[in-house]
Amino acid sequence: MIRKVVIGLMVALLGVAFWTLTSGYVPDAELNRTAAYYAANAESEVGAPNIVTGIIVTWRGLDTLGEVTVLFLTSAIIALVLSQSKTPKGASGAGLLPSGELLVTGARMLAPLIALFGAYVIMNGHLTPGGGFQGGAILASGVLLSLLAEPSRRFGHTVIARIESFSGTFYVLVGLAGMAYAGGFLDNGILPLGRFGTMLSAGAIPLISILIGLKVGAEFSSILESLHETEDA
Amino acid sequence: MAQIALATGFVLILAGLYGALTNRDILRMIVAFTIADTGVNVVLVAVGYMPGRTAPILDAAVPVAVASQRIIDPVPQALVLTAIVIGLGITALMLAYAYRLFRLRHSLDISNFTELKW
Amino acid sequence: MSTLMLGLGLVIALAMVGAAVVALVTRSTVTAVLAAGLVSLFASVFFVVLAAPDVAMTEAAIGSGLTTFLFFFVMGRIRREGEK
Repeated sequence: MIRKVVIGLMVALLGVAFWTLTSGYVPDAELNRTAAYYAANAESEVGAPNIVTGIIVTWRGLDTLGEVTVLFLTSAIIALVLSQSKTPKGASGAGLLPSGELLVTGARMLAPLIALFGAYVIMNGHLTPGGGFQGGAILASGVLLSLLAEPSRRFGHTVIARIESFSGTFYVLVGLAGMAYAGGFLDNGILPLGRFGTMLSAGAIPLISILIGLKVGAEFSSILESLHETEDA
Repeated sequence: MAQIALATGFVLILAGLYGALTNRDILRMIVAFTIADTGVNVVLVAVGYMPGRTAPILDAAVPVAVASQRIIDPVPQALVLTAIVIGLGITALMLAYAYRLFRLRHSLDISNFTELKW
Repeated sequence: MSTLMLGLGLVIALAMVGAAVVALVTRSTVTAVLAAGLVSLFASVFFVVLAAPDVAMTEAAIGSGLTTFLFFFVMGRIRREGEK
């Protein structure tokens, strides 16, 4: 019991600290200098109406590359941790109830639609809310649906690994091309900016969004795969 | 609005921390961590919010010339976007380790794992 | 308008805190995972109110969708092992 009291006391102290932060908080009336710069130069520098996507893909593109690397490491570590705990092969798929006709057919019908929606979100990332991360997660949820509907079906690990390495390599190559032909690493000026607010505009942003989306989708799919495969190994 | 969001985020962080420290079940600790994670994201977005302004997307209603007077701060949003994605990675990692620990002891109770206790 | 938004924000905030409390005090782990997913879902609605649609999309897809299913994958596996 004394443990709970100590923990409660600690949390309460932290709560007091948070309370002083909250009660004295006044929202800014003006944008700070960084944000004002981003707002003023979104059209002329990156040509993306969605400033958040512009920041993620171009201005802070290096951070996104680092983040995708963290995701890659996570999925690799999960595969490593779980591969040691696989029960020996032979009982694969046994003990699982077959899914019903309705579920299988419905999932087969829905999965392409989900993939289409993911592609739509990725492609319009620079115009409307959305982009590589959201679209990638939607693609992965399509994979999740097929995994749930047909538990005994195996997805090609090699396909996912290929997509993953392909998009990762091209992401870095696009970044290097930015260094060679435009202002710096991951600069989107390697392609013409186009007309502001149209689908094929904003230079390389749609291209980089596609690569990020494929990469994120492949990482999440491989995490789900790894967790699923131990399920019926 | 910003104060409400800040307070909610802080309450979620506190609740998550309390749950993570008091629960004995590893899975429940991970659940508490995800709640604290959501709380951190809410706090960050709340810091970027400014009353009376709209989302940082330029269109006919928000032309570029007046954008810096009309939109809210886009930088915290970009940060939170990456934080959410990394949060899922962390949760997946914790779950994988929890599963490994379960394989080791056939139990999820943290008091069965005493090797590093001092 | 402003009062309406304020009320909406207050309701969502209360729902989030309520779901978080449920997630922490309930006895069943399944309920706890679902309640945590509910916290994420309310958070994504809150992000829309806070004028952050990008974050809202990500939170809805990742925070409340994929995370919940990851938990259920692992829980299903653990339950299967425990029966042996």
